Amino acid sequence: MAINTDVIGKTYPATTYAVGREKIREYARAVGETRPLYLDPDAAREAGYDDVVAPPMFAVVYGLPAVAVALFDPEVGADFSRLVHGGQEFVWGPLVVAGDEITTTVTVSDISERAGNGFFVFESVSANQRGETVCTGLWSNIVRAE
Amino acid sequence: MALHPGDELEPLKVTPDKYLTVRYAGASGDFNPIHIDADFAAQVGLPGNILHGLYSMAQVARAQTDAAGGPEALRRLSVQFRGMGLPEHELTVTGTVREVQDGVAVVEATCEQNGKKIIRKAEVELRVDV
Repeated sequence: MAINTDVIGKTYPATTYAVGREKIREYARAVGETRPLYLDPDAAREAGYDDVVAPPMFAVVYGLPAVAVALFDPEVGADFSRLVHGGQEFVWGPLVVAGDEITTTVTVSDISERAGNGFFVFESVSANQRGETVCTGLWSNIVRAE
Repeated sequence: MALHPGDELEPLKVTPDKYLTVRYAGASGDFNPIHIDADFAAQVGLPGNILHGLYSMAQVARAQTDAAGGPEALRRLSVQFRGMGLPEHELTVTGTVREVQDGVAVVEATCEQNGKKIIRKAEVELRVDV
């Protein structure tokens, strides 16, 4: 497959995601989380937070829309029909709470080819409304050889 | 909670039901049809709807925050996806504490289904000073 390494280092305009209480609860239920901190605003307040807390892997919810822009960038040229998720890393900072506004910036970290498979790695940096980095992500995708 | 090198985390077992991938797609925003459309999945050579890798990763994360007593402890999680997870088959997450240094426990975890590791050698860092 043809790959375009010129696009490595490209950074996309930041996007902002407003974190809602019901979205956190929907996500928590879908992944089987039962911790009251994620579901019950009173329990979260008792623990010192303003509202329900997002499970760490909620990073997917606020990060994915930003990463999708890069993934679908024609300059990146990833064939979505042959795409599989190869690996994922997250590093977390302060917890995300309902009411937060999370701004994510995505950069094309690496594009390479091995044995006909294309490897596409994106980095996301997400910060809350106070400018604290709440999560950085490395999203590794593989476009399988035809 | 105290973690020591060699400690095994409490295994986490969960069986995603038939419609889990639809709920996870809605909750996460990942609507790749290989997860929610069995006909499409079959066309591209898959055995059926497959689990989202990030759902399986969320189970690995849940096992860690359960072991450490809360989400504040989870500092880093890195996984490689191997093989396909399927709905209606039990997932088992296991983990072993490799080292504890400067208030951080390093855990190596796996997620298995039907005896196959679908996440192999997940690397975890947990704060143990919280």
